[in-house]
Amino acid sequence: MSKIHVTTTVNNEVVEFLADPRETLLDCLRDRLDLTGTKEGCGTGDCGACSVTVDGTLVCSCLVLGVEAEGAKIETIENMAQDGALHPLQRKFIEHAALQCGFCTPGILVAAKALLDKTPDPTETEVRYWLAGNLCRCTGYDKIIRAVMDAAAEMRGAA
Amino acid sequence: MAKDNVNEFRLIGTRPDRPDGLDKVTGRARYGADISAANMLHAAVVRSPHAHARIVKIDATKALALDGVKAVVTRADFPTGLTGEDWNLQENTIAGDVALYDGHAVAAIAATSALLAKDAAKLIDVEYELLPHVTDVDKAMAPDAPIIRQGAADASVPEGLHPNVVKYIEFGHGDVDDGFAKADLVMERHYKTEAAHQGYIEPHACLGQLGEDGKGDMWVCTQGHWYIRRMCAAVLGLEGSQLRVTPSEIGGGFGGKTTIFMEPLALALSRKAGGRPVKLVMSRSEVLRATGPTASASMDVKLGMTKDGMLTAGKANFRMQGGAFPGSPVDFALYCGFASYQIPALFHQGYDVIANRPKCAAYRAPGAPMGAFAVESLLDEMCAELGLDPLDVRLKNASVEGSKSSYGPKFGSIGLVETLEAAKAHPNMLAPLGPNQGRGIATGYWFNHGGDTSVSAALSEDGTLQVSVGTPDIGGSRASIALMAAETMGIPYENVRVNIVETGALGVNEPTHGSRATFASGKATVEAVQGIIKEMCRRVASEWDIDPEAVTWVDGSAQPAGPNAGKFPPMSIAEIAGKMSETGGPIAGHCETVPEGVGASFGTHVVDVEVDPETGYTKILRYVVVQDAGRAIHPAYVEGQYQGGAVQGIGWALNEEYIYDDMGRLQNPIFLDYRVPVASDLPMIDTVIVEVPNPGHPYGVRGVGETGIAPPLPAIANAVAAATGERFYHLPITPVKIVAALNARNDS
Repeated sequence: MSKIHVTTTVNNEVVEFLADPRETLLDCLRDRLDLTGTKEGCGTGDCGACSVTVDGTLVCSCLVLGVEAEGAKIETIENMAQDGALHPLQRKFIEHAALQCGFCTPGILVAAKALLDKTPDPTETEVRYWLAGNLCRCTGYDKIIRAVMDAAAEMRGAA
Repeated sequence: MAKDNVNEFRLIGTRPDRPDGLDKVTGRARYGADISAANMLHAAVVRSPHAHARIVKIDATKALALDGVKAVVTRADFPTGLTGEDWNLQENTIAGDVALYDGHAVAAIAATSALLAKDAAKLIDVEYELLPHVTDVDKAMAPDAPIIRQGAADASVPEGLHPNVVKYIEFGHGDVDDGFAKADLVMERHYKTEAAHQGYIEPHACLGQLGEDGKGDMWVCTQGHWYIRRMCAAVLGLEGSQLRVTPSEIGGGFGGKTTIFMEPLALALSRKAGGRPVKLVMSRSEVLRATGPTASASMDVKLGMTKDGMLTAGKANFRMQGGAFPGSPVDFALYCGFASYQIPALFHQGYDVIANRPKCAAYRAPGAPMGAFAVESLLDEMCAELGLDPLDVRLKNASVEGSKSSYGPKFGSIGLVETLEAAKAHPNMLAPLGPNQGRGIATGYWFNHGGDTSVSAALSEDGTLQVSVGTPDIGGSRASIALMAAETMGIPYENVRVNIVETGALGVNEPTHGSRATFASGKATVEAVQGIIKEMCRRVASEWDIDPEAVTWVDGSAQPAGPNAGKFPPMSIAEIAGKMSETGGPIAGHCETVPEGVGASFGTHVVDVEVDPETGYTKILRYVVVQDAGRAIHPAYVEGQYQGGAVQGIGWALNEEYIYDDMGRLQNPIFLDYRVPVASDLPMIDTVIVEVPNPGHPYGVRGVGETGIAPPLPAIANAVAAATGERFYHLPITPVKIVAALNARNDS
């Protein structure tokens, strides 16, 4: 099948790649652009390990075709730390031991950031329901929820 | 040099950032599928759509005719003549004459892209002749069950049993009949649990390269790369030392990544494709269909109890199917079932049964959750019948140091009573319960494993320390090992770097399994560091021109041992390291051992649930895990093990199960339908770390990783029984089952 040329912006850099029309955005990020921080856990949109934002909207990149990225603005885990400084969520995840194997962590961080970007003061229940699409098999979620709540408090200046 | 009763450590028990934290929050950490190589091919696997079928013909002509398809392998590309577990591993990696379960690999293909490999795999024509199948454990033992494989049974199986029964075990002590005669209440119940998958979020992935000279390399997500080396070498007929295996970061394992599933396929394809590296990544449905779930179980338990709550006798008869090969954990289920209690008379019988399902793999405390579900459910039902407090009854009968365990040996130092007392004192026990709410408690037990362990530690020129271990870090073990190394050496935590190294760099290591990484690699690390300290003291003694015994190591520097040793200012580790080149060369320590002194761990869980009588939905209101850690090296990661284990158990109790249709095909091979707990299903999981130090470890460590998955199954069943008045004997306790039970009661 002939490939399609795609021009898009990933983490504030304009990039180009050739995509098989059947390839997902996740495949293209990982295999065409070597951005392997975004993970595949299921390929069916059930686990959230592949979470990225497309034009500011949180998506499972395994449910988006690579060719749909044409002209879009995509952000991945690789862009979360800015100017050499970790995002408060990243710092709080380490501080709270909110990761064990760490495989779901990039997707959860991207998803949690999308929550805090629009809901700076979420309740525990809001965090739990927002992250219900991100599976973690190691932690039982306790420390993840605490880390997100703590990061939100710090970002609000409440901590 | 046990440090029992010493509570003032400099670093042990603190909660520093894990050394690999930065890589794992930035996406830089490299997991199995993140590794690529120049000139790499991609592989896909053709899998049986049938539960049981003779493979009549495999025709790859059309696939091989495609541009970019470089190799196809079938069983014909593997050596013959293997026996025992090596044959089982080979047969499970790729089917021989017969496909044994839905998802069983029958061929594999390598091509220049992943999409091409998948397309080409569809062109491989496999002709099957269907055979009768069986997936249920009790049906697989029945006289009319289809025979999966003649001759799979070992000598333990009594005559007259179906050939699908491949192992039999019985043990016990005391006079069981006499024990039941002394009881005021004797109760016997039948229990079932369904197969659950480990559910690690990272699918299996590897990159293999193998040349015609038999030398190969593999990069793979695994709990144990020496196991991968040994098993791949056996299945492919290679020399073990010619295969170098490097572990990637690992995205969860829970026992399921202690063995091989498809790794030899990547190597075989590479060899056939002229040595080009081959990457093989499973899809989620392949993970669920073809990698180790745990066994399903059918269990009968009988207990005798006096009216004041003393257990007098117990009987357990467990049957488990672990897929189409021997190896269900029925033995460990029996060892753990009654382990929490001192019971004068016990008799256990267990049957390991094969069925047309994937070969089971270890899953966190293999067998213990099933045994706990049956025994702890029955105990609870009997307490309710006699009007006794279930926690007090457990305390009355609890195993203690020196008591005879249900499986034979006497217990060493254990902390079950301490966990029960701590649970009793927990504020959750006083929380008021409303309508449709109930509280359940249960205990659980798991062992701790020593195993082959090899660690090396080396001093850098600047006085910092690198430690090389062979146990992959799945949940923070780099941090716990760095803490123990730094504590022993007397240097800052940050001055230690722990590396997980490849098979060429150390002696053989068993995997990160059996709750052993912090125990075994930790204990070996302490010994390796002590070797460095001894050598540093020797060099300083030489410089000071005194006996090595006259030099002691205090707070990270060498000092004269006493006034008679002479007056010398302390010599720091940095000073010693800076001139080691002139004083005799590199300074390193190492330890190769099968560590003894394992410390088993008991836990007690208390859960409050609310059951919606209309929908049958069970909501977890409160949950507390109390478990003996011996000593928590990094308490945050100990808590993490407790919480993660509890939630896996919650999933097994309420949602998770392998569902097969009447053709023996798995009906729920995606995460949408195989539903593991999500964040909105749960409350915070409270933890209490009890510390009864293990005298067999220099810092008192017990294995903590596995015990936590055993108590949730019965604790939740007990809580649901308290909330609804209905007892459920068959997990998972789904909303459908609850509504059916409540409706049946209302109708009658």
